[in-house]
Amino acid sequence: MSDVVVLPIILPAIAATLMLVVARESLALQRLVSVVSVAALLPISLILLDAAGSGPSAYRLGNWTSPFGIILVNDRLSAIMLVLTAVVSLLALVYSLSGWDARGRYFHVLFQFQLVGINGAFLTGDLFNLFVFFEVMLIASYGLLLHGDGPWRLKAGFQYVAVNLIASSLFLIAVGLIYGVTGTLNLAHLNQRVAQLGEEDAALLRTGALLLFMVFATKSALVPLHWWLPGAYSAAPAPSAAIFALLTKVGAYSILRFHSVAFSSDAAGISTSLQMLVLPAAAVTLAVGAIGVLASRSLLQLASYSVIASMGTLLIAGSGLEPAQLSAALYYTLHSTLIGAALFLLVDILAGGRGPTTDRLVPAATLPRPGFLGGLFLLAAMASIGLPPLSGFIGKVAILDSLRSAPAAPWAWGVILIASLVMMVGFVRAGSIVFWQPSERQSATGSPRIAAAPIAVVAVLIGLTAALSVFGGEVMTILAATATEMATPGRYVDAVLPKTFAEVP
Amino acid sequence: MEGLIASAIGILTASGIYLMLQRRMLAVIVGLSILSYAVNLFLFAMGRLAIDKPPVLQPGVTDYSDPLPQALVLTAIVIAFGMTALIVVLGLRAYLETGSDTVDVADSQMVRDFSPGRPDEKTQSGRGPT
Repeated sequence: MSDVVVLPIILPAIAATLMLVVARESLALQRLVSVVSVAALLPISLILLDAAGSGPSAYRLGNWTSPFGIILVNDRLSAIMLVLTAVVSLLALVYSLSGWDARGRYFHVLFQFQLVGINGAFLTGDLFNLFVFFEVMLIASYGLLLHGDGPWRLKAGFQYVAVNLIASSLFLIAVGLIYGVTGTLNLAHLNQRVAQLGEEDAALLRTGALLLFMVFATKSALVPLHWWLPGAYSAAPAPSAAIFALLTKVGAYSILRFHSVAFSSDAAGISTSLQMLVLPAAAVTLAVGAIGVLASRSLLQLASYSVIASMGTLLIAGSGLEPAQLSAALYYTLHSTLIGAALFLLVDILAGGRGPTTDRLVPAATLPRPGFLGGLFLLAAMASIGLPPLSGFIGKVAILDSLRSAPAAPWAWGVILIASLVMMVGFVRAGSIVFWQPSERQSATGSPRIAAAPIAVVAVLIGLTAALSVFGGEVMTILAATATEMATPGRYVDAVLPKTFAEVP
Repeated sequence: MEGLIASAIGILTASGIYLMLQRRMLAVIVGLSILSYAVNLFLFAMGRLAIDKPPVLQPGVTDYSDPLPQALVLTAIVIAFGMTALIVVLGLRAYLETGSDTVDVADSQMVRDFSPGRPDEKTQSGRGPT
């Protein structure tokens, strides 16, 4: 039973290898293997979520005693992120079947390896394996970004790869510093070692920990480390961009995980300085994202900056360790991943339907099915901005409510509310240009036909955000339990370290 | 020895960063690989600098060297090698397709394909010299 924990990593890896070995020439067979593998991840992650209800459990690969071996840990936080990954990747995959996956070879192989990396990063219980899974995830994402070719993709891809290589170097320096000071890389063991650390090592540990969080901040596009995101996400093919909405969440997840488990004891003042740094950075990120949405010249920029804004909102709540803040941040994570993916896919459909004007925000020929597509855009915009009744509203209310007692509440509230207004103006401007200002010049070929399947995927994603708000109470109950578990890392540590070992320093 | 290792890491990092700040792709790539050498050395040093000490338990030995950073460095070298190969190919392809080896993206290159249509014809031509 407990062996299920390895499946989210092993299954896509097997599927990818199978495709490379057996189904190299047949796209139909690749599609079949890919869909079956991703569809199987959903029940698997739900089983894990159910199992996580009875507390965190550690899976020892090779059966070495912790903290010496490699471990996977399944707790509520990991399981929720796995469910989210399964849902979003399944929809992105279905979307890609309408043609994107045929524009280059190995889309499905890379897609599976991307899932190996993401799922591994959510499940791993030690720092170095997090690095390895980050690299697996990134190298697959390079391939997915470049899928479909074209000069822009190559140039944007080069920048994306270079930024991530620098981040990886910093990651290794941070790993080295933390290992050099504490002598362990196991997350639960770090929790104990960090708390017992002497005064003389505090400065080094602080440097290592903050470098580590800088790497995570780069992944989650926190200002001033967000510059890579609009270029990379705009250049990526739509299904890849949709799955990239998960990559920023891996960064946010890592921040939450390391803050709550490894550095929660506030040894060396790491937790305090982290909160002091993350909260203002997140607020500025939200502001920059909102201004970017208002200033975008294309729909892809609009979608990219709304992802940045959502990361800002998420981390304003995720900067603290209060259970209320954490559960609000988790709810917003679910919401913003779904809506980020929906936006990129919708932009792809709209830009494809606008002929030669593509995604630029200038008047163009009328879209086919303007009413339905316009309705979807309106709903997606409402969810991104945080207007009722979709989940963005509940997420924002939960975040505002959780910040009420925080000392930074007045200006955090101000930033969130003003940014929502700015984003609303930006979305209204974009929507009215695209849907209400048809230009006189019709494209020579007539409007291209838009297939129903891609639109259905976007509708399902938006429907899921609606479901997230309809079942908000149930979801919040689960997330509140998750947040409580995160706020008491003792259970995680007990699950990983054997009792006898936990006593000895 | 500490001073020697520390200054080697420092010089490598400084040269790597200097090269990464250049505008041309090749300089950036070389800068990234020099930075990865610095990182590998740094990881080694984090296992404490020790000469002639066994990493595995042996009877009658009290001082050991730490084997873990060496395993980490090995993994890091393999990953850095793969990444460098990837970015070299990427830079080369970008140069052949666009004819420029600078890191920035020109506006004229920002032609993208979207869902229902076929990829733009312009992006398919210009494979460059073969």
